[in-house]
Amino acid sequence: MIVNLVVLLACQLAGEVAARGLGLPVPGPVIGMALLFAALILRPALAERIAPTTSALLTHLSLLFVPAGVGVVGHLDTLGRDGVALIAALLLSTVAAILAGVYVFLAVARLTGASE
Amino acid sequence: MTPADPAEIWTYLRQDPLLWLTATLVAYGLGDLAFRRAGRKPLVNPVLVAVALLALLLRVTGTPYQSYFEGAQFVHFMLGPATVALALPLYANLRLIRSAFWPMLAALAAGSVTALVTAVAIGAAFGLRGETLLSLAPKSVTAPVALGVSETIGGAPNLTAVLVIITGITGAVVATPLLNLFRIRDWRARGLAVGVAAHGIGTARAFQINETAGAFAGIGMGLNALLTALIAPLLAPWLVAWLTG
Repeated sequence: MIVNLVVLLACQLAGEVAARGLGLPVPGPVIGMALLFAALILRPALAERIAPTTSALLTHLSLLFVPAGVGVVGHLDTLGRDGVALIAALLLSTVAAILAGVYVFLAVARLTGASE
Repeated sequence: MTPADPAEIWTYLRQDPLLWLTATLVAYGLGDLAFRRAGRKPLVNPVLVAVALLALLLRVTGTPYQSYFEGAQFVHFMLGPATVALALPLYANLRLIRSAFWPMLAALAAGSVTALVTAVAIGAAFGLRGETLLSLAPKSVTAPVALGVSETIGGAPNLTAVLVIITGITGAVVATPLLNLFRIRDWRARGLAVGVAAHGIGTARAFQINETAGAFAGIGMGLNALLTALIAPLLAPWLVAWLTG
């Protein structure tokens, strides 16, 4: 458990250092995720080892958004003023993104012969 | 020790991390209970319920967000390690990724760019500007990454957090009727597109409908977190300046 947490924190730390040190616009934890992914490919045995810790974290992933979400109290005036515009953008954009993803997947699957 | 009167206890608790850390966990527990009681309907999202309860509590007790966050930051901190942990489901699905590599990559790029560009363009058309538009740009990405992207490009991370959750709920609610209407039967395509457009909440919904769709949704969510983190800082500020400048 402790070693597993160290693995996750070390990846995040390396990611933060890389993001800041190289002036990358990518968030540190995302680089940390890429580093862990690379480590898993190099050392497949690592996956089984850290799985209990990662699944415990990911099972309660949505809890972790709550503190940031509560910060919306500072933006209630924005939500009140721009609520309609924001909802319209979210709804239409989500529908557009789903359809774009589906049709491009099907088209390329047909082209490359990766159909079901 | 002489007993303190309730006002003194309250003054102490209001500034101590313990109270707001406990309140955050209790509020989420209640949200999760409501979600399960409602038959796991995406509209009764536990995060949204918890945020509403806590916002109400802060308002009623006159507590500033800053004091609340001092306690809640311990939960917030775990977002970083959790983002790193997303590498594991991605790795576990490596075989699936290889089996449909090119369709997935193309769909990821199309879904990711469409989500970002249409959100900003529609927001701008409705008169949104500056920070609000930038906060909207990473709305399809899983929350821990979206917050980081929002901060990087000059949005308001707290606003982005709520927009991300509403996007997830929207995707989870509309995906099934929408894709049935368009007669899409490939579960891989359906899952991937929903994961890219509506991150974890959409993925959870996809798993309820079909196992393959769920696995592909998880992959879509993970890959879109990487892709948006790479392209949003290049694309979003330029797009916002071009559309509103």
